[in-house]
Formats: sequence, C-alpha cells, structure tokens
Amino acid sequence: MATTNLAPTALSASASTGSKAPVPRKKMKSYYPSWFFIPAVALYVIFFAIPTFASFYFSLTRWDLFSSTYIGFGNFVEFFQDPQLLNGFIHTFEYGFATSAAKVIIGFLLAVILTSPVVARGYLRAVIFFPVLISTIGVGIMFKSLLDPFHGIVNAVLGVFGLPQPGWFTDPSLALASIAAVDVWKGVGIATLIFMAGIVAIPSEYFEAARMDGASSFKILRTITIPLTQPATATVIILSLIGGLRSFDLIWATTGGGPGFTSDVIASVIYKEYQAGFFGLSTAGNVILFIVVTAIMVPLSSFLNRRAVEL
Amino acid sequence: MFFRRTASRAVAVLGVAALAGIALSGCTASSGGGPAKNAPITFLAGGNDPASIKTANDLVTGFNKVYPKIKVKVDTRPAGTDGDNLIKTRLSTGTMDDVFFYNSGSLFQALHADTTLQPLGNQPWAKTLTKDFKATVSTSKGLYGAPFGSTFDGGVMYNKKVYAQLGLSVPDTWAQFISNSQKIKAAGITPILGSFGDTWTAQLFVLADFANVSAQDPTWAGNYTANKADAKYVNQPALAGFQDTAEVKKLGLLNKDYASLTNVNALKLLATGKAAQYPMITAVIGNVEQSNPDNVNDIGYFAMPTANGNSHATIWEAGGAYIPKTTTGGKLTSAEKFLTFLLSPAGCDIQNEASLPAGPYATSNCTVPANAPALVKDEQAYQDAGKTGLALEFISPVKGPNLSQITVQVESGISTAAQGAALYDQDVKKQAQQLNLPGWN
Repeated sequence: MATTNLAPTALSASASTGSKAPVPRKKMKSYYPSWFFIPAVALYVIFFAIPTFASFYFSLTRWDLFSSTYIGFGNFVEFFQDPQLLNGFIHTFEYGFATSAAKVIIGFLLAVILTSPVVARGYLRAVIFFPVLISTIGVGIMFKSLLDPFHGIVNAVLGVFGLPQPGWFTDPSLALASIAAVDVWKGVGIATLIFMAGIVAIPSEYFEAARMDGASSFKILRTITIPLTQPATATVIILSLIGGLRSFDLIWATTGGGPGFTSDVIASVIYKEYQAGFFGLSTAGNVILFIVVTAIMVPLSSFLNRRAVEL
Repeated sequence: MFFRRTASRAVAVLGVAALAGIALSGCTASSGGGPAKNAPITFLAGGNDPASIKTANDLVTGFNKVYPKIKVKVDTRPAGTDGDNLIKTRLSTGTMDDVFFYNSGSLFQALHADTTLQPLGNQPWAKTLTKDFKATVSTSKGLYGAPFGSTFDGGVMYNKKVYAQLGLSVPDTWAQFISNSQKIKAAGITPILGSFGDTWTAQLFVLADFANVSAQDPTWAGNYTANKADAKYVNQPALAGFQDTAEVKKLGLLNKDYASLTNVNALKLLATGKAAQYPMITAVIGNVEQSNPDNVNDIGYFAMPTANGNSHATIWEAGGAYIPKTTTGGKLTSAEKFLTFLLSPAGCDIQNEASLPAGPYATSNCTVPANAPALVKDEQAYQDAGKTGLALEFISPVKGPNLSQITVQVESGISTAAQGAALYDQDVKKQAQQLNLPGWN
C-alpha cells in the first residue's frame, strides 16, 4: 500500500513541525481480515467508482440511454455556446453569494440575540431552526401559494396597508431575489446554530474583563465576538456557498427557472437538458458544474481555514 | 467527426445494465411456471389533472365489469416535460407501468419503441385505425400504440355567449381578431387568457399556427426537418406565430394574472364568460366538463387567425396507449385485454363520457356521440371545408425542448418576437443534432 512508502516522510514531516508531541506514524494495521472489506468495496465500485468514470465518458458522447456516439468535446462546446448557460452562470453566482452573505449576517445577528438572556430563548431557538427541518420542495410549494400575486396571503396583507403587491415569483426582475429570500429563511437556522455554538464557546472571562475595562456592548461585539467566531463564520460561508452554487430544488419548486429563463441557474439548465433527453450534453454540464464548484470552494476553503488557524 | 459506435454501444449497454441492476428489485416477472392467469396490472394515467384521473378510474371500473378478476392499479404523473422525463426514466430503468398513456408523434419517436415497447400490430383492433394515426405510433418495424381519446384541434377557444352579446363574428384575419379583442376589453371582459402557471400553454400561438404555415408553404415541414436555411422560425411564414405571441401583451389584451394563472383556472374563467378567448388545444374541454358542466356548450373554436385570412385548423392526433417490453407473461395478457377493452364499444362509451371527444376518433370502433361539445362542430366545419393541417410534431421529429420558456419570455415582453424565434431555432438545432438527423451536423 502507498502508506508504507510514505511512512518515513510523514514521520519526518510531523517531527519537524514539532508543535505537538510527535507521534510516529506506523504502518496502518487492519483489525479485520481482507474479505471483510469486500461488501464495502463492491458497493463503492458499483455505486460510486463506475458511475463517476462512466459519467466522464458519457459527457463525451451523444447519449440517449440506449445508444451513444462518441463526439469528443462537442458537448462542452455546445454547452458553452448555449445562451442560457451564461445566463445560468450569472444567476448561480448572484444567488450563491447573495444567500451566503445574507445567511452569515442574519445568522450571526440572530445568534447574538439567542445567546443573550432573552425571554423564551429555548422556544425562539426552536422556531429559528424549524424551517431547516421541512422538505425544500414543501417550502417551495408553500411559498408559491403564500406569494401568489393575486391569491396569496402576503399580497393580501400588503393590499390591506395599501402597499404595492408585486408578482414575487412571476415578475422577471424579482423572481430570483424572491427565491433567494425564501432560501435564506429556510437555511438561516443552520447558520444561527453554528454561530451560537461559536459564541457559547468563547470563555466568559473575556466578556467580563472587557466590561471591567468599560468596553461598550458594540465594542465587545466588534473586538471579541466577531473575531472569536471566525471558525464558525468560515464554516457557514463554505456550507452556504456550496449549497447556493448547486441549489436547484427550491428554484424548481417555485418558478421552474422562469418566467422564461430569468431564474435559471446552472443546475436547472442541466436538469432541463436531462428532461429533453440530451443525456450526454447534460452529463457534460454536470462535469462543468463539478469543476466550477471545486475551483471556487477549494481555494476559498483553504483561505478561510488558514485565517481561522492564524487567529 | 469521429464515430466509435460499437465501443460506445458496449459502454452504453454496461451503463444500462448497471441501471437495470438497480431496478431489478422492482421487477416481478413470473419466473416460476406458466403465465399467471388474471395477473394484476398497473396503469399510468395521462396526467394528474381531474379529467385524466377520472378517465383512468372510469376505464378501470368499466374494465372490471368485463374482467372482474384482473386488478388494475391507477398511477398518475405530471404533464409536460416533467412527465416526459418520468416516462423515459421508467422505460429505461424497466420500472414502467404495464399500460401507459403518452403522446403520439415526435414524443413517441423519442421513446425508442423498438427496444422499449411491446409491438401491438397483431392486436384485433389494429385494422380499425386511421392511416394518419398509425403513422404517429409506428416505427419502420411495427405498430406500438392504441389510440386513446379523439383527435383534437389547436387554435382559439372562445366564449360564444360573450361573442353573441357583443355582436362579434368569428375572426379569420389577425386584424379582425385584435379588433374583436379590443371590443371585448371595452366591455370589461378579459379578451385573451394567458396561463403561464402551466408554461406549456404559452406555446399555442406558435404551435396552433402551423396549419397556416403549411397552407402557405406545403414543403415547409420537410425543409425544416432537413435544416434548409429558409425554413426557420426567424423567417416568415413561421415567424408570425412569435409575432402574435408578442403582440397580445403589448396591446394590453391579456388577463392581469397571466403570469401565475393555471390552465384549469383559465378554463373556468373562459367557461363562465369572465374571459372571452383562449389560445388552446381543444382536448382540454374535458376539464371544463369537470369544473363547469353547464357551460361546455358555451365554448366554441376557431382556427388561429392569419395576416391575410384563409385560416386553417391545426390538428393533433389522438394520444397513444402503450405496453412496455418489461411487461411479459400473464401481465402482458392482462395489459392486452385492457387495450382491447379500451377500443371496444364499452370502452368507447367510457371515453365519450369520461372525457368529452374534442374531435373525430382515430379508430372506426369509436364514434363521436350526438351530444358532443359545441366546439366539435366548429372543428368539423374546418374539416368539411378542407382547411386543416397536422401539427408540426406529427410531420417532423424536430421540436426544441425550450419552446414553452421561450414563448413565456416573448409573451411577457422579456424578449422580442425576433429574439425568441432566433433562440428557438438554436434550441431546435440542439435537439436535431441529438437525434442525429441528416443535415444538422
């Protein structure tokens, strides 16, 4: 196994960093006989390895599930010439970054409130987290009826106060923003939970000392809470950005990418190509989505984690 | 271009085998002994709207009067592209219901019937089918579908009471149609219904205009399939459909809630005279029978008006009922009995009662009853005058998947008619290439 060859290097590397007690890495010893692994390996190969390599191959073909024709990079060329794709890319980034930013800010503020002594704190925490537990499609259908421009309860309430009643999911300029808002409502519970864990982990001595020195609440927030919840912020950004960039279910349940193509993201463009029976083309789209998400997330994740370590 | 068909076939077979492996647990072939008698079957209805579900249930009830021992379970599915996806997925994973309803024509051609469906050419009812219909459910190797329902027309469904009340006459030119619509608007009634809550409904100005395109240029469909430069939607006569789509919103003739209204609710407005005209396929009259049975005969039909008059009615062939290859043994016998029942006098009666015939039938076994909805007579008038043409999807395999979204864009003013038409030509090219049609590479 590869571990055997690497063992000396790994040993010297961990010895040279030397900040922790150097633990010599021994050859990995298995506690089980080899045949024990056969079911797991078989499952892995059948359900993960073969489909992954098959999908790389099929992305180079014109494929209708029954027969396939090798066409080189034709699908990728076609995909990038697709006018909906550029559109989809822009929407995906707008959606991903907007929802991620909103979840960080709103989640943090909610976490600050819910970790301070407020009335009915347990109940409020549960309420914030509740939307996370509902199925996304269910949330989508629920909001589609709540935000219906003519029969929805939200516009009915706005009408009572004489406010404008926009077509949340049907106005081309509002559709994507409305979906993003619903996404934030649904996902902010997780962000809040992570931030609460981060805030609770800050030793209370810091706050006491700051208060003794006469620091204002705002200063405590800015110089203690925000910097010391950095690891939580990194986690929330990474989780919500990945979620945002590959989001599909909420968009499909509310607008189906419409009206027209105004709320289409990469994932919904790919899905529509599957629907149309362009299996090779849409598999190529998935390969592209995979590369794009990886290209954004790997550097971002290492950047955020490095900052977290430095603190 | 570089072809490696055999190798890629082998990989495809492996891929499909892997998929089939996943699906195997769902398969219940009668492996032991001979075919089971009266094996229970499942039946996938043609949609999940009230009319489709009622028809399916009524057919099963009627079938059980003749074959009380064969249990039939009804499943439903979404309409539109979601439904297409579900059908293809079930067929390719071997999990399809024993009998299913699906479109004929180009959508049927995409199912690869030779490998996925049971041939039905030897069935007793096969001789009774019209030639037109046979062509829409056959490949070069055989016949795969039984007709379900009647043929129907695409064009404009209108409320006859509103027309009578305002003293309007049926329009033949686009100018007359617009002038009628403006008079209807002045009377405080919604002139034209848009219902993008179901995006497929936005396509009708384009799709139902096709008989007019054919009438002006009979070679258009052939040239279009062969990728000839002038048979494109950016050029006339086909561009007219996109221009009409754009114009109705520009002139403020649509209902206020066009962006969210659903097909079923739009039909309610039309039936009750709150709206006057709806570009539609007449097959949906069955839903009016469900929601507003007293108003069915208030609804009439006229062909999509054209710039110069002489409008032609666009005809859709009946849908098909199919049996997948994975249905074998006792289940196949039961499924074949079900199709035979569908085309028997009792089955025709149920088709007539459950979903109103929206045009003549594709089998001589069934006849349109005397009490057919009023719009069938309007359709018949076009047929008698010889002013009809088949919808494009029955004479060309080329149909872009994004027409619904593109027409929604054009009709709501997000893009112009010319932009929409150009986008659709591009969409069509992608599909034709996927089908490996000659002349598109």
